[in-house]
Formats: sequence, structure tokens, C-alpha cells
Amino acid sequence: MIKHLLSMDQLSAEQITRILDTAEQLRSVTDRPIKKLPTLRGRTVCNLFYEASTRTRISFELAAKRLSADVINFSADSKSSVAKGESFKDTAWTLEAMGVDAIIVRHGSSGAPAQLARWVKASVLNAGDGAHEHPTQALLDLFSIRQHFKDFEGLKVAIVGDILHSRVARSNVKGLVTMGADVTLVGPPTLIPAQATSWGATISHDLDSVIGDVDICYLLRVQKERQDEQLFPSLREYAANWGLDSRRQARMKRESLVMHPGPMNRGVEISADVSESPRSIILDQVSNGLAVRMSLLYLMLGGGEPASAAEVTQ
Amino acid sequence: MARSRTGADVDFSLKARVMEEADIRRALTRISHEIVERNKGTDDLVLVGIRTRGAPLADRLAGSIASFEGADVPSGALDVSLYRDDVALRGPRHLESTTVPVDIDGRIVVLVDDVLYTGRTIRAAFDALLDLGRPRATRLAVLVDRGHRELPIRADHVGKNLPTSAHEAVQVHINEIDGEDAVLIGEVLA
Repeated sequence: MIKHLLSMDQLSAEQITRILDTAEQLRSVTDRPIKKLPTLRGRTVCNLFYEASTRTRISFELAAKRLSADVINFSADSKSSVAKGESFKDTAWTLEAMGVDAIIVRHGSSGAPAQLARWVKASVLNAGDGAHEHPTQALLDLFSIRQHFKDFEGLKVAIVGDILHSRVARSNVKGLVTMGADVTLVGPPTLIPAQATSWGATISHDLDSVIGDVDICYLLRVQKERQDEQLFPSLREYAANWGLDSRRQARMKRESLVMHPGPMNRGVEISADVSESPRSIILDQVSNGLAVRMSLLYLMLGGGEPASAAEVTQ
Repeated sequence: MARSRTGADVDFSLKARVMEEADIRRALTRISHEIVERNKGTDDLVLVGIRTRGAPLADRLAGSIASFEGADVPSGALDVSLYRDDVALRGPRHLESTTVPVDIDGRIVVLVDDVLYTGRTIRAAFDALLDLGRPRATRLAVLVDRGHRELPIRADHVGKNLPTSAHEAVQVHINEIDGEDAVLIGEVLA
């Protein structure tokens, strides 16, 4: 398989399919009374989070524990050595010296996981880096889509919102395009990067002209702090033009789905009734994250020698 | 190419076909009778085939029991990949579904596999079963016992005892998966 998961660019359609197939089998384990598997006994996984996260960190922690790996949580907050000025590199070496097998990293800077992968022998899994990528989110989204649509080929997906700052959008476009889906990026011109066409997606600024044709409407979180940057006039105007409410949803195809990576701003990019409608698979996305992350940990760590402490090469 | 006991492809040069379709059919018929005789009927019996090739064998044993006993014995499949002791050694394997149709608590589980060799697959199967429930007893039926045990495990029902050397490979072909029924023995090529 792969040593590190840094970007969806790394994965072929065949590899993605293998990850999703493995996740499907692991998902059935989560439905039975005894949910723990002995597979990664003796392995150690570290969650290294420089940015706030609830679902991703908990989901990775639970995935590792379900496979019997030991889990260390390191949050770069006021209680950690980062508050004392420890550099990213020193933190990486510290973890390496303790003998961790995998580091799951979220960082505000794009490329931080790739840098980490050059420093340590452990496997590095990108749990979100700046506005770059969030590959495990894309994989769990692909898994959730596949539960409803047998084939990605020709599937019409609209990703709506702040494409410019969204790592979720970047990873999802790459994954969906690799699997053969037709992706349209929808949002105000200020929030769609100029090079987006080179990702293999089409661009539209008019949700109403797209909504009736899509199989999946994937809404991104409006990062409210961006409003100060004047990239869109007001939340109200955003909601009116690019939000999915029940009126717009009524124009969607019969079998179509609504997705959102969370956390939601209800009333902005998605209305409360749409988020709870039968079309919405938002909660499935969350629960599927567990199986997909178990699959990745199994495929990436289930082979090769376990790490041992203090053999750091600096 | 052939499969090793762990399912990986190994280079294999065929030496002999040691069982043909009719031999396998007779062996399975005998085993199915033995299972019912040992259990004094079919009450509480569950057949659980170990993926990949134990699963169709368990289904066939259930079919055979149904034909002479008139009773439907539930039959399921167990994937033991996640319980193996060689995950780190051999890397992640393709996972298949585990489907055991009934609650195994208090039942008599008969594990079914194609080849019994080191016993390590069976050990993994014990752990996998334990996570599904607590059978009253667990028994083991195999089509071929080729010896070379690395653990104190033995089969209750054996289709054929096949003395082999550790350099040899035994390959079972099952119609549902391989398009024919046969047991082959060959030399592993380095």
C-alpha cells in the first residue's frame, strides 16, 4: 500500500477502491457487540493536532483503539511543550524517539505533514493541512457516496461554497475526478481559485442553474472569519445565493444526496430542515469516517516492523 | 502460480493431483455423517467455514446434512485476517465478509477449512469466534490434513491425511471459486 497519506494525488482509483472495500468489511465489525480487533496490538499511533478538531481526532483515536493500537493525543495548546516554544521539528523528533508507528497530523500550514514525513520514520497521515488537503475526509465522503451509488463514473457532483480556503474541496475534487465523477465547483467568483479548472472540475457561479442536474450537492462550511476579508457581502446574501434551503432542494433529482463535512452553519450554507432531510447523509459521513480510518491504519500499519524507541536518525 | 497457506501467490510446480471431484464429494459426505453422528443429531449445530475456501465447503456440508437428515444446519463464513499472528510479517490482506447467520452462544460450532497445516489459521479463528460469542464447544473439520503443526491443534474430522514435506505446497481447488474440485500437491519454487 502506501507509507504516508499526504494528498489524494497519491492514490490511484485502484488504491481508493481497495481502501473503501476494506472499510466496508471493517464497518460490519462496528455493528457487533465486541467491536475491538487485535490486529494492531503493540502499535502506537499519535494524534498530533495543531488546530482544533473534534470529529477527525476522535474518529482517528477510536479507529486506532478499535484495532488495539495504543493512542497518544498531543494537542499544541497551552498545556503542551509547544507553549514553551518547542519547534515542529523537535516535537516530531520527540515522538520518533518514543517509538510511534504513525503520526496523524493536523496543521495550519499547507505542507506540514509532507515536511513531517521527511523527518520521521513513522507513517504520516494528513488530517488536514492549511488550505491544502484533508484526504481522509475525501475518502470517507467517497465511501458514503458509494453506499448509495454503485459507480462513480459520470456521477454529477456539485461542491458549493468557499473552494478557495477549503482543503476538503481540494481533496474531494481530486478523489472524485480520479474515480471518474463529473465535478462542478459552485460559489462566488471571489471564493473560487483561478487554477481550479486545472483540477479537472467545471466552474459555475450560479447554484440555481446547477442544482436540478446533480446527483450530489456537497456544501462546504462558510468560514465566518472570511467575512471580514470581504470575500462575500454578507452571510444573508451568501445564504440567498449559495445556501441550500428546502426551496432549492425541492428542485434536486429524486435520488440525489446532500453532504456536508461539518461543522455546519445552519441557516447559512445549509438550512436546518435540509440538514435533517432524508436526502442528507451528513451523519453517515461521520460514522463512516471511523471505518475508513480503520481501513487506512490497517492497510498502512498492518505490515512491516513495529517502531522501536530511540533509534532516531537526525 | 498457486496460493500458499496464507493466501499469497507462490511459484508452484505441480507434482500430483491427490484428490479429484468424486474423492472430494465422498470425503465431504463422510465428514457430514461424522459431524451428525458425533453431535447425536443436528441440534445446536452451526457450520462456520474459514475464508476463503472453507466457506463453500461449510455450505456443501450443510447441504449434505440437509439431504440425509432433513434438517437445515446454519452455515456461515469467517474471515480471520484481522486475527492472524502474521499481520506484521506478511502485511495486510484482502478482507472478506464475516457472515455467521445465528448467535453462536451455547451452540456447537464446527469450523471448516480446506487445509490444516501449522494450525495458526485455526488459532486465529478461535479468537475471531470468541468475539462473536461463546460456543458450548468448537470442533474442526478439514478436507486435507497435511501435518507440520506449530500449535497443539488437531482436527475432529479429516477428509484426507496427506503426508507432505515442508517444501511442498498443497492447493485445494473448489468449484465455487476455482471452477473445479481438486486437491493438488506441488513443489514450492524458491
